[in-house]
Amino acid sequence: MLMLEYKTITKIAGPLVFVELENASYAELVKIELENGETRTGRILEVSKDKAVVQVFEGTIESNLKAKVMPTGKGVELGVSLDMLGCVFDGLGNPISGKIIPEEKHDINGRPINPTARHNPADFIETGISGIDVMNTLVRGQKLPIFSGAGLPHNRLAMQIARQAAIPGKEESFAVVFGAIGITYEEAEYFANSLRKTGAIEHSVLFLNLANDPAVERVITPRMALTAAEYLAYDHDMHVLVILTDMTNYCESLKEISAARREIPGRRAYPPYMYTDLATIYERAGRIKGRKGSITQIPILTMPEDDITHPIPDLTGYITEGQIVFSRTLHSKHVYPPFDILKCLSRLAHLGVGEGKTREDHSKVSKKLYSSYAKGVELRELVSVIGEAALTPDDRKYLNMAKRFEKEFLGQKEDERREVGDSLGIAWDLFSELPGEELEDLKKYAEKYGKQDE
Amino acid sequence: MKASSTKETKTESNTSQGEILHISGPVVKARLPNARMFDLVRVGKLNLIGEIIEIEGEVATIQVYEETDGLYPGEPVLSTGSLLSVELGPGLLSSIYDGIQRPLESIRKAKGDFITRGVSLPGLDRKKKWKFKPLLKKGDTVGPGTPIGTVEDFIELKILAPPHMKKGKLESIKAGEFNVEEEVAVVSGQSIHLMERWPVRKARPSKKKFHPEIPLITGQRVIDTFYPLLKGGTACVPGPFGSGKTVIQHQLAKWADADIIVYVGCGERGNEMSDVLEELPKLTDPKSGKPLMHRTVLIANTSNMPVAAREASIYTGITIAEYFRDQGLNVALLADSTSRWAEAMREISGRLREMPSEEGYPAHLSSRLSEFYERAGHYETLGCGHGTISVIGAVSPPGGDFSEPVVQATLRITKVFWGLDANLAYSRHFPAINWLTSYSLYSDDEWWAKADSKFPENRKLATELLEREAELKEIVRLVGFESLPDEDKLVMKAAKLIREKFLQQSAFDPLDTYTKPEKQAQMLGAIVKYYESFKGALESGKKFDEVESVQKG
Repeated sequence: MLMLEYKTITKIAGPLVFVELENASYAELVKIELENGETRTGRILEVSKDKAVVQVFEGTIESNLKAKVMPTGKGVELGVSLDMLGCVFDGLGNPISGKIIPEEKHDINGRPINPTARHNPADFIETGISGIDVMNTLVRGQKLPIFSGAGLPHNRLAMQIARQAAIPGKEESFAVVFGAIGITYEEAEYFANSLRKTGAIEHSVLFLNLANDPAVERVITPRMALTAAEYLAYDHDMHVLVILTDMTNYCESLKEISAARREIPGRRAYPPYMYTDLATIYERAGRIKGRKGSITQIPILTMPEDDITHPIPDLTGYITEGQIVFSRTLHSKHVYPPFDILKCLSRLAHLGVGEGKTREDHSKVSKKLYSSYAKGVELRELVSVIGEAALTPDDRKYLNMAKRFEKEFLGQKEDERREVGDSLGIAWDLFSELPGEELEDLKKYAEKYGKQDE
Repeated sequence: MKASSTKETKTESNTSQGEILHISGPVVKARLPNARMFDLVRVGKLNLIGEIIEIEGEVATIQVYEETDGLYPGEPVLSTGSLLSVELGPGLLSSIYDGIQRPLESIRKAKGDFITRGVSLPGLDRKKKWKFKPLLKKGDTVGPGTPIGTVEDFIELKILAPPHMKKGKLESIKAGEFNVEEEVAVVSGQSIHLMERWPVRKARPSKKKFHPEIPLITGQRVIDTFYPLLKGGTACVPGPFGSGKTVIQHQLAKWADADIIVYVGCGERGNEMSDVLEELPKLTDPKSGKPLMHRTVLIANTSNMPVAAREASIYTGITIAEYFRDQGLNVALLADSTSRWAEAMREISGRLREMPSEEGYPAHLSSRLSEFYERAGHYETLGCGHGTISVIGAVSPPGGDFSEPVVQATLRITKVFWGLDANLAYSRHFPAINWLTSYSLYSDDEWWAKADSKFPENRKLATELLEREAELKEIVRLVGFESLPDEDKLVMKAAKLIREKFLQQSAFDPLDTYTKPEKQAQMLGAIVKYYESFKGALESGKKFDEVESVQKG
């Protein structure tokens, strides 16, 4: 197809170029050639018969009104093939290392899965991390974000999950797709190295948009990563784990573009369509009936000021199937992983646990851990007012249990992989601290799994 | 006006053709002379479905119910001249639709696992034949809403004369097998089919509205016993994420004793819809013994499906609910979540560059919400006696802050408030309905008294104990439990029992998930009895610890 060139830019503002052109479609990919010969890419955000607004992924630095704009007649696409495994791409899907010959080109926006085609997630993924396996069980096809804060070890946890995740008793082809969104070189290197060390890099596809890469590119990177994941999962029957970090940077870019378009802002200046926009990313996790592969997503975001009510974690939590929340207090107590366990949740846990999947006592144990730890935490606050002496002996037991829970159950080493049975064993050990009558609802299992008193 | 046909008529003057001028996400502007507000349009070569939401001179603004990627200015636009309507008739039950009543199962069969654009499949199957049994005979008088016959579609579905039909004499009526478009009867020249169309944004007419009277039993103890909803009532379930809104909606969809359930998944998770789809067919209605799916209509417009169709999904749902109400049935409509609906309005309004009101929501937010909830109620239908629609709307306030516009606008209309509490959810107290802030403005003492004469009194006592516990907790925080007088210790103990054994209920436990009302009354009675005997012992001079150790032993 003949590519038309337009040298009719009328305005440049932030990442946006306003251009007079004909025959362009909504969401079309355009190429922009600067006066110095450099080419950039962009996407049409708004179009009428004779003009369009183009968002330039690489930013508008050094562009002027003389730059040429060329509509390409298609949307933004990613060339996919199995060669992608082991490759590193930039945030726009251009290979940095390795060479790939694309088999097919896929639109990066994907298409929503028909709700009737969805297969309910049900396969328990053993991550080897007690706080997740027992209390916030991850299942295949789930999207479970990590809500972290600046300086907390979310990257280490994500990598630990990527290294350790497995379905007990099953040997299946898997892949890790990693989307780095505005993170630093060191962080990206950490991920790449840690994948290299374990040899997992051969099953991985990396998309890197680093902190010094153009911010606008960030709205593309997660979609590139998910397009690759969908190809691997649905065309090649792989179980794909997608890690996206850091979604906070993604949302900031969204805000930047929205402001440049002079849109009416929603809550805390983020665009009002941020919920829908995030949903088009997160909802791409799942399983499809009749296809073997699956996409499990672990998006990571850093909560500004550790505030869980901030629009980014808030909207994310409304879309994802639970959340893993980090606690700065536990982190400073040197507990790794520092889960703020009461705020953590896996909405799909009930689908993955129980007899035949993990163990019959699993859900009851999890519930008891939650309620007794919650009680311990509540008493801790009380102690700060009235002192420990004023507590009943039973209350003191809870206090002690909460303390041990953090150290022994939550806390584990970065390379420690606990089988779910072992994790449940630790829980039963903790229960022996509690007053006997509180374990009434666990009576059924106590003999079989409980710690026997001598 | 002539009401000569029961079908939505397309008069030539209303259809018009034009071309696209401008595209910005789901909002498309087109030159479209003679456009009419809210008429349905077909946009572009792909025939995307849209609706006219603004007119200025020859330019109409259209909200498009499908993704607009790849659409070019200059592509054709065709106005159909009719409003966005749903098809009502046999085949609705146990179906799953998108926000504008396109059958998702059939779409999957025709187009594959991913949603494609420009699909035009009717809401009701055209091929399927239904066995029609007339209730009337030639010469009988038929008015709007009169049942003329029945069709077996899981329930005995009545075929009604459409609400806008003129009263007249039945000229012909045929028994036999028909598809939804075939004529089954003629009333004074007006033909009647098994199916009728109705524009979703208009409420279907009825004779009169009444006060709701009978409780909608849900089998959820905290709801039925403490904060009941009546058939024809409205309830609001706000809560931060993770507090269990969706689980409550699912529980109600499963166990509420309505005849028909309309479940609108509005901008929510795809996996949750598949959960409903997988579970409902497996469960049976405790009343009828039939699979729960047979009384259910699902509308699924998940969060990644087009936003404009999300806006329409609520109206699609309530119109279908009204159709079953008109049969004299009790319908419960569950909307999860109305916040996503409000956000869809906000998004469209933002694209129209309308002046924003609070938090960027359009100024018409509150009136749209009240219009919707007001379509609930206890009605005398046109021809089938009394029917009700109960509406339960989940609200997802940002940051769990109930002072935001959608919660506030909803609370002004609804009569029941089940406030979900993040702290209860954190300690895994489910359902996390806060017993101190929630309320129900309905009274159902009489109904319960019939089952258990002591129940209203017991319920009152239990509420008092819970309130008293909240006060005492403040004191315990300062002085410790041991320093409380014995009487107050007992209050704390009894309240704990109520909380843990009565209010908490596991949705995932097959035995606990549903509690019959008689059982609820018994359980509450047992707790009250325990409290009273303990209190009696204290009054006779025994110490708290003594009585407790006797109990333990």
